[in-house]
Amino acid sequence: MSNETEIANQAMEEATTEEQQEMQDKVVSPEKAEEAKLKARYPHLGTKPGGSDLLRKRLQKGQKYFDSGDYNMAKAKMKNKQLPSATAEKTEITGDHIPTPQDLPQRKPSLVASKLAV
Amino acid sequence: FAGGGVGGGNDFQWCFSQVKGAIDEDVAEADIISTVEFNYSGELLATGDKGGRVVIFQREQESKNRPLSRGEYNVYSTFQSHEPEFDYLKSLEIEEKINKIRWLPQQNAAHFLLSTNDKTIKLWKISERDKRAEGYNLKDEDGRLRDPFRITTLRVPVLMPMDLMVEASPRRIFANAHTYHINSISVNSDHETYLSADDLRINLWHLEITDRSFNIVDIKPANMEELTEVITAAECHPHQCNVFVYSSSKGTIRLCDMRAAALCDRHSKFFEEPEDPSSRSFFSEIISSISDVKFSHSGRYMMTRDYLSVKVWDLNMENRPVETYQVHEYLRSKLCSLYENDCIFDKFECCWNGSDSAIMTGSYNNFFRMFDRNTRRDITLEASRENSKPRAMLKPRKVCTGGKRKKDEISVDSLDFNKKILHTAWHPKENVIAVAATNNLYIFQDKIN
Repeated sequence: MSNETEIANQAMEEATTEEQQEMQDKVVSPEKAEEAKLKARYPHLGTKPGGSDLLRKRLQKGQKYFDSGDYNMAKAKMKNKQLPSATAEKTEITGDHIPTPQDLPQRKPSLVASKLAV
Repeated sequence: FAGGGVGGGNDFQWCFSQVKGAIDEDVAEADIISTVEFNYSGELLATGDKGGRVVIFQREQESKNRPLSRGEYNVYSTFQSHEPEFDYLKSLEIEEKINKIRWLPQQNAAHFLLSTNDKTIKLWKISERDKRAEGYNLKDEDGRLRDPFRITTLRVPVLMPMDLMVEASPRRIFANAHTYHINSISVNSDHETYLSADDLRINLWHLEITDRSFNIVDIKPANMEELTEVITAAECHPHQCNVFVYSSSKGTIRLCDMRAAALCDRHSKFFEEPEDPSSRSFFSEIISSISDVKFSHSGRYMMTRDYLSVKVWDLNMENRPVETYQVHEYLRSKLCSLYENDCIFDKFECCWNGSDSAIMTGSYNNFFRMFDRNTRRDITLEASRENSKPRAMLKPRKVCTGGKRKKDEISVDSLDFNKKILHTAWHPKENVIAVAATNNLYIFQDKIN
């Protein structure tokens, strides 16, 4: 290739890269747009989503917390009062709420055969 | 192209064959299918559900007497594999949900499979009994013991035919080897060992030995604060019994050789696709997390599934996949809501057809996708009761991403994200597929087949 052609080619390449950069600046990727939306809704969201917090939550699946002291104290307080009627929707048992035997989901195995086997 | 096909270069046409499960709208949690697996011959199809139950279907022999039930799968055996447990020491609830079922290659008349929940793996033997001994000396026909002093003659019991009974019995229970939740089990090609993987560790077992297992991978950091990635799936190589792979939540795959060291913390090969740093976002790592890894039958390739795509890797090339297929790229502009409703964490599986010429994976709205590796054609099909007339051909579906929605297309916003197809299986030899749609199991067959 002659020198002139080389220089011309190079110039063309640079021009297109510049154009590309301009295009990128104007068009926000859909992923980044979604990220902006999320950050707008949850400003306290950390910058490392795949990091420790998310993973540790995954590892802790199934963990249940129960304090027998809290449970008995609550039972004693409630002794003379009416127990609140169970809410229609089952709420997940968290650290704030003291579970009662009525709250716990049934952990018995299904005695019913699978409907696939019909 | 109407009814266009995928697989092997010919125009295959997928038709509805059967659907199993209840029709009612109210789906009980226990009925949600959590795993689907054909055995090595394809004669048996096993499903596991959230209620810890296993149902095994057997393919009917084709016979001239019943031409219409050609190759239909009917219930062969069903049993309760796992039950819910509570680990009092760790205050941990252990689900009975069957995470994976893997068949052992058949060695005698009985069938063996491994089923696992989060903590315990069980080896089940499924055997047939079609004969019964009659004419015992010491007991009556109804089982009551006879008075030995009243017996005056001896007779030889005779084997009489009886109605076929299929019995499932647990032969081995492999417990207490996993601190974290088991995501994979894989039978080794030596037919003697198998591996089980949880979030941080992989163990190697011998099928005969339940009180010991070898830890072959341990990625638990000394300080849990430094945890950056977890193991998401693992599989043994189909032919090389010393090789296995495991995938991570960061989108990487490590291939390990058990001949190199007892503890395979150092990989032999490391597969990762380079990422453009400028395109990185909050979601990048989450959607790159690999939910499934499967070797091709040939053993030369492996396939990985991440949230938006399926990638085929040549085991000889670590720096990038050789093929990438977009499953539902239109979801990239919905990541925010998919993160909020947790769908972004859904774990889709993928599978190869018998000849490795096609791959299949699930999506939302009860759609599933197939890709032909040779022709590069792809198709979207739907598992729905509306298309459930016998041998009805499935119509290709299309998701509309732009403004103008054509007739028969469905817009992204109308997709039902509760209808997820996470588990699919392809018959090892024929064009028969099993698709799990929540609590229903669909079986589709190729028309020519």
